[in-house]
Amino acid sequence: MKYGYFPGCSLEKNAASYQISTMAVAKAFNLEFLELDDWNCCGATEYISLNKTAAYALVARNLVLAKQLELGQNGNDKQLIAPCSACFLNLSKAESYLTKNAELAGIINTALAAGGMHYVGGGLTVRHLLDVFVNDVGYEAVKEKVVKPLTGLRIAPYYGCLIVRPRFQGVFDDFEQPVTLDKLMKALGAYVVDFPLKAQCCGGHMTQISEPVAMDIINRLLANAQDYQADIIVTLCPMCQLNLDAYQASVNRFFKTDYHIPVLYFTQMIGLALGMSAKELGIGSELVDARPALAKIGVEVPEPEPAPKKRPSKTELPMPQMPEES
Amino acid sequence: MADAKIEARAPTLMDVVIGITPGETNLEKCIQCGTCGGSCPSAADMDHTPRALFAMIKAGMKEPVLRSNAQWYCVSCYYCMVRCPKDVHITDLMYSLKRLAIKEGYYHTNTRTTSSSSFSSTFITYVENFGRSFELGLATVYHLMHHPLGMPKMVPMAMGLLTKGRMSLVPKRIKHIDQLKAILNKAKELEEEMYTELEV
Repeated sequence: MKYGYFPGCSLEKNAASYQISTMAVAKAFNLEFLELDDWNCCGATEYISLNKTAAYALVARNLVLAKQLELGQNGNDKQLIAPCSACFLNLSKAESYLTKNAELAGIINTALAAGGMHYVGGGLTVRHLLDVFVNDVGYEAVKEKVVKPLTGLRIAPYYGCLIVRPRFQGVFDDFEQPVTLDKLMKALGAYVVDFPLKAQCCGGHMTQISEPVAMDIINRLLANAQDYQADIIVTLCPMCQLNLDAYQASVNRFFKTDYHIPVLYFTQMIGLALGMSAKELGIGSELVDARPALAKIGVEVPEPEPAPKKRPSKTELPMPQMPEES
Repeated sequence: MADAKIEARAPTLMDVVIGITPGETNLEKCIQCGTCGGSCPSAADMDHTPRALFAMIKAGMKEPVLRSNAQWYCVSCYYCMVRCPKDVHITDLMYSLKRLAIKEGYYHTNTRTTSSSSFSSTFITYVENFGRSFELGLATVYHLMHHPLGMPKMVPMAMGLLTKGRMSLVPKRIKHIDQLKAILNKAKELEEEMYTELEV
């Protein structure tokens, strides 16, 4: 099956491990992801705070690019897949608004015309990556491919906000108590802990705006995962991963807590269960060490390679030498 | 006064807020139940809950609404919106209030809100010029402007991300940046026209 694929800025660098693991497991399930050519940022939650028209025009350019893809969809809607929750929301919301709201579509098309583009709503469905694994691949097909079940690993499945709320397009789970990621992790053989705050917010950009508010929000999630003795939090969004992983040390300082809960992507967990190595899945780039948790399922994460020490070679550059004694 | 009703009236605060929000807002349907504030992860830090803000918008209390820190503390989690019994598009309205506060010049009266709007504009500067976001530039410029004394605290995390290869040192530019710029410039013109029509 061919899909349009919108990686989003985070997956280029900060969440490169999400991109690597997505591509690795997609290949294992014969999913073909065609990346949009020359896509631009979705604007996250920032552009819409400043300029409505520009924010929608920014996303609309990506939608036009998606419509141009040849996916051989046989009269069905073209499918555009986003692995990042914020990209998924922005793309699905813009597609939905541009299809339903003629006035907005008119304005946005006037802006697009300045770049020689035009968007006609409809015929395109924006979906999140998790949706593809859950509904197109299916739990049974995933289970069949498992060679190294994650038996004994206690996983807290973390959905965050934007794939379950709001509900414009590509809706596939409950907005209060989602279960799809739970079932997927169970199919991999893991023990899924009850995680009541699984669809609560990670704080988004609040880490940059107001530290106390952000720390409080992140602390609630980590405390909840710890209460239910999770070895690991599994997520599907680069922003959630960044906030829970990179800011975990800040939370520990702020609240004098001692959390050590690694945060990995669901695609990395699928890959591990399929027998792929940690390195193939980009594991090792998280700031909270995942090795103790993964040791429980017999996965060894290679030690990070020490940066090569630069020693000037004697032959490359003229070095001052002691005169030889005559 | 009786004549005033017949004449075309100037747009109220409610008209403006609805006018600048895409799609149906359902703002006029708010029944003041407070489900929004009860669902909000950052309500405790807000000057006014969304429910209070909406009552104030109906009452035309422009300045207190636009000076409120509530919209800036919205984390955009959409809990209020999916739980609202009247389908008020609360999150979209929060974004509208941010834009209106900036447009009307109210945002600089509160340091926290200044940093929020400035974070957005710094983020967008990179998107407008490169087509992609750029975390290192964003973090550096923004923190130098607003939290220079807090920067040393950020160093361990930033170094962690850098050594793990999770932060780019240079922004990436898309091929057709000129096309994107043309689209965005036109969009900004259209945005201004919208405000002019609403007499903002």
